Amino acid sequence: MVEKFDAIVIGAGPSGNAATYTLAKQGLKVLQLERGEYPGAKNVQGGIMYSHELEKIIPDFRDDCPTERHIIEQRVWLLGDDSYVGTNYRSEAFNSDKPNRYTIIRANIDKWWGEQIRKVGGLQICETTVTELIRDPSGKVIGVRTDREGGEIHADVVIMADGVNALLAKRAGLQAEAAPENVALAVKEILFIDPELIQQRFGIKEDEGVVIEIMGKVTKGMVGTAFLYTNKESLTIGIGCLISDFKNGDCPPYRMLEDLKNHPVIKPLIEGAEMKEYAAHMIPEGGYKAVPQLYGDGWMVVGDAAHFNNAAHREGSNLAMASGRMAAETVIELKAAGKGFTASNLAAYKKKLDDSFIMKDLKKYRELPGIMHGNKQFFGAYPDEITAAAHNWFTVDSIDKKSKEKQIMKSFIKRRSVMGLVGDAIKLVRAVR
Amino acid sequence: MHIVVCIKQVPDSAQIRIHPVTNTIMRQGVPAIINPFDLFSLEEALRLKDKVGARVTVLTMGPPMAETSLRKALSLGADDAVLLTDRKFAGSDTLATSYALTSAIQKLAEEEPVDIVFCGKQTVDGDTAQVGPGIATRLGFEQLTYITKIEDLNTASKEIVVQRRSEGGVQVLKTRLPCMITMLEGTNTIRFGKMDDLFRAARYELKTWSRDFTGAEEGRVGLKGSPTVVSKVFVPKPRAEKAKMIVADADTPDAMAAAAIDAIFAAQPKLAGDLLARAAAGL
Repeated sequence: MVEKFDAIVIGAGPSGNAATYTLAKQGLKVLQLERGEYPGAKNVQGGIMYSHELEKIIPDFRDDCPTERHIIEQRVWLLGDDSYVGTNYRSEAFNSDKPNRYTIIRANIDKWWGEQIRKVGGLQICETTVTELIRDPSGKVIGVRTDREGGEIHADVVIMADGVNALLAKRAGLQAEAAPENVALAVKEILFIDPELIQQRFGIKEDEGVVIEIMGKVTKGMVGTAFLYTNKESLTIGIGCLISDFKNGDCPPYRMLEDLKNHPVIKPLIEGAEMKEYAAHMIPEGGYKAVPQLYGDGWMVVGDAAHFNNAAHREGSNLAMASGRMAAETVIELKAAGKGFTASNLAAYKKKLDDSFIMKDLKKYRELPGIMHGNKQFFGAYPDEITAAAHNWFTVDSIDKKSKEKQIMKSFIKRRSVMGLVGDAIKLVRAVR
Repeated sequence: MHIVVCIKQVPDSAQIRIHPVTNTIMRQGVPAIINPFDLFSLEEALRLKDKVGARVTVLTMGPPMAETSLRKALSLGADDAVLLTDRKFAGSDTLATSYALTSAIQKLAEEEPVDIVFCGKQTVDGDTAQVGPGIATRLGFEQLTYITKIEDLNTASKEIVVQRRSEGGVQVLKTRLPCMITMLEGTNTIRFGKMDDLFRAARYELKTWSRDFTGAEEGRVGLKGSPTVVSKVFVPKPRAEKAKMIVADADTPDAMAAAAIDAIFAAQPKLAGDLLARAAAGL
């Protein structure tokens, strides 16, 4: 007998978990399939979790969700060869009852999600890979086939939350292969370190955390960013650049990460730590223009598989959770109205996305990926010039300040020309308009 | 035919880390798995089920989190699962554990007589290899340990023929049921469960048994029932002496033996005197 469900969700990452939980909570018969040994086994995230979207799904998640530290300080650093220029924002206001951001270790969170899903009656099955979508003669998706004996399972609707590779959608011809310039490859390490040292080095208390987002020379002119996060008893450090740049560049990701770890301003922060885990993952960074077809007869796609990622703001898992929730709500509403899961009815999902921050933010930054890709000065010349300018400005050497201003301006013009500088300014404005 | 497979949930020893500051084993964050040796016994039980038809009940004693290991066993094809869990079992050594498991097996036998008990050869976290034989002794079952192959199982005459790895060869043993079997590692490969079994495992209502339920006596389980005392855990000191290359004058047995003897006497200055003294005393 072939099992039949109201909905099948493929994948147990943030988007799949949000979708499954939302559906199960409403009493729908939902099956979540995960290929990893346990939920989170295959998942990699930096990671910062934004609580707002999770709160919408599980309002009292803080009761038992295994977060690491809530963030009270955000640093943004532009790295030179041996220096950084940066901004910090720290506030006691972040020490509220309901903090907005947490550092997390993804696998722990996804295991917790699994428990929440079981509590509301969702069925989660791991170690099972979906190999293909099953369609009826009209082309409507009516279920999935897995890699196990007797692996055919039917459902009214299939939600694909299978991550950045979106293997199922690609195999089914619903999505094209992602272009290398639309996908970043990030590598990271979890470095084990005495919590006391974390608290001393970052000037924080036991549950408080610091985030450092990094740009600059360390990406060797490639389009990319790096990060350093404080966990309970470890630090997460990572770096990522566009795959197209790695392909053409001569610095492999692991070496870039080593360089970051040995950078004179980073090294003292991680000194004495021991590597606990090494991971690599792809991140969809093509933005608005890379978003594929999001729904069809009997199917929807959510999360990374739908390229929902806001690279400029380092947001991804919140878009994933929101899109998962919206897909689930679409299913719940259609079912309540007694409507079928045809493409035209599932268009309601797209409408929800368009009306939300997901598509609004992606649209706002739609030009950013292209401009960054075509203007490598933002990742090479500018970090150089800005850190040099800071060095000049903060060196007290009896040169009058007006002359210093001139020196700095001259250096910028020499590097980029007046027209170049004006052009870059216009590009930046266009990119974030 | 009723087969009981005893399994244990253990920390994945491949992923255990040592705390860099305290040098103690960090259990936190280490995935829990079914003791790898148990999987060979589980697979063999499932093969017998496929071959002659049997009900396979998987049994474990442990904290409530051991449930995941039982569900995993169900997803591979086991029919029933029993979790023996009770604070009163905490701290049991192999004597108390084999007693507690025996009480559960006897309880299971009330439903349907047990023909074969499978156990892992040993666990990866205790390494004693005592629990299986302990159960067999308590139940009065024949013991078939280090089995590499089950040649034949006759359900009518209740006879079983197995191959057992022993020093210097293979023993072919024939005995009557009931028996307790531990399988040698590498003798089979655990299967990939069927979709139906995964659904069944996910929905299965686990049987959770307490000490009261199995009727195990209070003084014989847990710390109270465990004569084993771990007085100290330590890492043995590495041997200070490193291997040494002894160079002989020639590539002949005589020359090499002479060089070795010279080296021994050089390293043990007292040895020559001792030997002479013993020779003088006529020993």
